[in-house]
Amino acid sequence: MDNLATDHWYDFRDLANLSRVILEGIDKVAPYELAYIVAPIIGFVAAFVIFVLPSQLFVGVYGERRIIGRIQSRRGPNRVGPFGLLQPVADALKLLQKEALTPKVADRTLMWAAPVFFVAPAVLLFAVIPFGPRMVFADVPAGLIFFIAVSGLPVLAAFIAGWSSNNKYSLYGAMRIVAMSVSYEVPLVLMLLCVVVFTNTMSLPGIVWFQKDVDLWLIFMQPLAFVVYFIAVSAELNRTPTDIAEAESEIVAGYLTEYSGMKWGLFYGMDIGYALAASAFAATIFLGGWSMWGLEQWVPPWVIFIAKTHLFYMVFIWTRGTLPRLRIDQLMGFAWKFLLPLAVVNLFLVSLERLWWSESDLGGGIVFVIAAINVPVSAVAVYLWARFLGYKPERVPTRPRLAREAGGYVPLEEPVIGGGK
Amino acid sequence: MSEIVQSEPFVMNIGPQHPSTHGVFRVKATVDGERVIDAEMVIGYLHRSMEKLAEERTYTQNIPFTDRTDYLSSMSNNLGYCLAVEKLAGIEVPPRGQAIRVIMAELQRLASHCMGAGAFANDTGAWQTPIMWFMREREKILDIFEMTSGARLTCNYMRIGGVAFELPEGFEEEVRALIGPLRQTIADGEGLLSGNEIFLARARNVAVIPPDMAVNASLSGPMLRGSGVAWDIRKADPYCGYEQYDFDIPIGYQGDAYDRFIVRLEEMRQSLRIVEQALDGLPGGPHSTEVPLALRPPAGEAYARIESPRGELGYYLVSDEGPSPHRFHIRPPSLINLSVLKEMTVGGSIADAIVALGSIDIVVGEIDR
Repeated sequence: MDNLATDHWYDFRDLANLSRVILEGIDKVAPYELAYIVAPIIGFVAAFVIFVLPSQLFVGVYGERRIIGRIQSRRGPNRVGPFGLLQPVADALKLLQKEALTPKVADRTLMWAAPVFFVAPAVLLFAVIPFGPRMVFADVPAGLIFFIAVSGLPVLAAFIAGWSSNNKYSLYGAMRIVAMSVSYEVPLVLMLLCVVVFTNTMSLPGIVWFQKDVDLWLIFMQPLAFVVYFIAVSAELNRTPTDIAEAESEIVAGYLTEYSGMKWGLFYGMDIGYALAASAFAATIFLGGWSMWGLEQWVPPWVIFIAKTHLFYMVFIWTRGTLPRLRIDQLMGFAWKFLLPLAVVNLFLVSLERLWWSESDLGGGIVFVIAAINVPVSAVAVYLWARFLGYKPERVPTRPRLAREAGGYVPLEEPVIGGGK
Repeated sequence: MSEIVQSEPFVMNIGPQHPSTHGVFRVKATVDGERVIDAEMVIGYLHRSMEKLAEERTYTQNIPFTDRTDYLSSMSNNLGYCLAVEKLAGIEVPPRGQAIRVIMAELQRLASHCMGAGAFANDTGAWQTPIMWFMREREKILDIFEMTSGARLTCNYMRIGGVAFELPEGFEEEVRALIGPLRQTIADGEGLLSGNEIFLARARNVAVIPPDMAVNASLSGPMLRGSGVAWDIRKADPYCGYEQYDFDIPIGYQGDAYDRFIVRLEEMRQSLRIVEQALDGLPGGPHSTEVPLALRPPAGEAYARIESPRGELGYYLVSDEGPSPHRFHIRPPSLINLSVLKEMTVGGSIADAIVALGSIDIVVGEIDR
C-alpha cells in the first residue's frame, strides 16, 4: 500500500480529492466544457494562493528578513502585528501607494511591460510541481523540460527592464544577468540530464515515485548534480554569493535601478517566487519530493513537500547572510572551466551506472551501491579537477606581520603564498 | 576575437550618489565593458571652506570645526588640532590629560576601524553582516563617548591644554567591559572573512600598491602599512606619551586590499592593548591646565601630526599674535591616500574599483573640508 489517503473529499491528506469532487459536481450540473475552465482556476488557487503567496510573504519576505536580522545581530521586523508578522502586508501596501516613476529617457512601453513579463512565468512554474501523490496540476510527461524552459523566461524580462530603463547601471545589470544565465544554464541542464538518465523519466511525479520506490533520495545518488544545481540556480536567481546582476555595492541595483513603487515590488516579490520555485523543484528532484520514507502515510505529503521546500530556501537565506560576492569574470570562469567539465564527467559516469543497473540483476538495492560510489567519486572529481586547474588550497596569512619599531619597508622573509587568482 | 566584437568605451559615473562611495564623492570611470580604462576623481561636493572660516574664529572656537572634517574620528581630529595649538603656544598638558587623550584617541581608532573594516566587507559584497557586527561594537564606543563628552559623533572633547571634562563615574568599568566583546567581534569578523575563499578571490592581489609607490605618493596609515612599510607616527614621532605604551605596528605582505583589511583588524587589537595599558596606569592630578580663553600665541608657526585612524593627520598653524590663527591648514590623510586611486583602479574591473575604493577607507568630509 503506497498511500493511506482515501478518496473521500474530506481526506485532507490528499487535497486532490477536493478538487476532483468539485469538478465532478460541476460536471453533473453544468455543461461539459465548464469543468475545463474551473480546473485551472482551482489549480491556480491551490498552488499559488495557498502555497506560493503565503510562502512568498511569510518565508520570503518576513522569514528572510527575520533570519538575516538574527545573523546580523539585530531584531528584524517586529513592529507590525504579532512578532512583526504583518510586515509583508504593510510593505505591499506601502509599495502600492508609492509612485512608480518612469524616467523621461526610458522606453515607457517596455519599462511597464517588463514586470508583467517577469510575473507571468512564475505562475506557470508551479503547474508541474507535484505537491503530493496526486496533487500535480499538470502532469506533463516532460515536466522537467517545461520547468527549465519556463524558468529561462524571466531573464528576458530582466533584460527588457535593464535595457528600457536607459541607465548605465541598469544596462550593466541586464548584460550581466544574460551572461550569467547563458553560462549557468549549460551545467544546470547537463546535471538535470544526469538525473533524467538515472531515473529514466522526465516527468516530475515520475522522479518522485522513483525516489520513493528505491527508498533513497537523489541527493545521495547524484550529490554532484545537487551541488551544481544549487550553485547554478543561485547564479540564475541572483542570490547573494552570485548576485552580480543587482550587485548593490557595484552597480547600485542592476536592472532594477530605475524601478520604484509596485513595478519594483513585482520584481522583488517574484524574485522570491522564482527562488521558491527553484526550491520546490530541488525538493522534488533531489530531496524526494513529498516522500519521506513512509512518513507520508501519516503526515499529509504536501506538508512534507512544503517543509522541504522551505528548508531548501533556508540555505539561500543562509548564504545570503554570510558570503561575499564574486566578480563576474570569476563567476563565468567557474561556470565554464569548473562546472561544465564536471557535469560532462558526471553525465558519463551516470550513463555507465545506468547501463550497469539495467544489465545486472541486483534490483533496486543497487542504488545504495551507486550512492556509496558516487559520493566519494564526486568529492574526488571536484578535488582533482581543482588541482588540474591549478588551484591549490593554501594557508593565506590571516594576520599581518608585526614590527616593533617604525622604519622603512620591511622585506618579506619568504615569498607571498596564495598570490594570483 | 576583438576584431569581431567591437566594444566602445563610455564614461560611467560612480557617484556622487552611489552606495559604495561612502559619501558624496564621484569617480568618472571610463569603462570598456567591465574593464576600467580611466578613472578621474571629482571631489569638492562637501566643501565647507573650513580653513578660511577658521581664520575668523579664536583658537578654542576652531575645535568644533575639526570634529566635522573627519566625522568618523572626531576625537583624533580634536587631538591633532590641540597639539598644534599647544606647540604654538608652548602649553604643557598634565599627565592625566595625556592619558585620557590616548584612551580617547584609541577608542576612536577602534570605532573608526569598525566602520572601515565593515564597510570594506560590504563593498566586497558580504552584504551587511560584518558591518552590522562591527557597528554593534562601535555603538558601545559611541555610548562611552556620549557618557564622557555628551556627544556621540562630534565629541568636541579635547581642549587646548587637556580635555574638557573629568572622566565620568563608571567610565573605566564601561571601557573594560567593552574590551572582551570587541576582541571577540574582531575574531568573528576575521573568521568570517579572512580565510574565506570568495573574500580572498575578491580582495587578494586587487589594487596592489608597491611599497615604493606608497612612499612616493606620501600615503600613510593602514594604506602605507598594508604595503609593508613599518611607519606609525605614534612610534616615529611620539606624542601624548605614546612612547610609554607597548604596542606593535602591523604591516602587510604585498600591499593589496586584503592586506589593508587585515592590518586594520590587527590595529584594532593593538589599540585595545594600548587602552588597557592606559587604563591600568591612569595617573591622578588635573585633567587640564588653565589656558586663557582668548589665547594669543606668540608669532610663529607650528605643525603637529598624529596617527589618526586613516593615517598621518597634520595641522599647520601660523600665528600673528592675534586671537585667531593667521593660517589654518589641515593635512587630511584621506585626500592623500585617495590620490593613488587611479593607479589602483585602471586595468581592473568595476567590481575591483569598488573594492579598491573601499580599502582606502575615505571620509569625504575630510577630503573636502
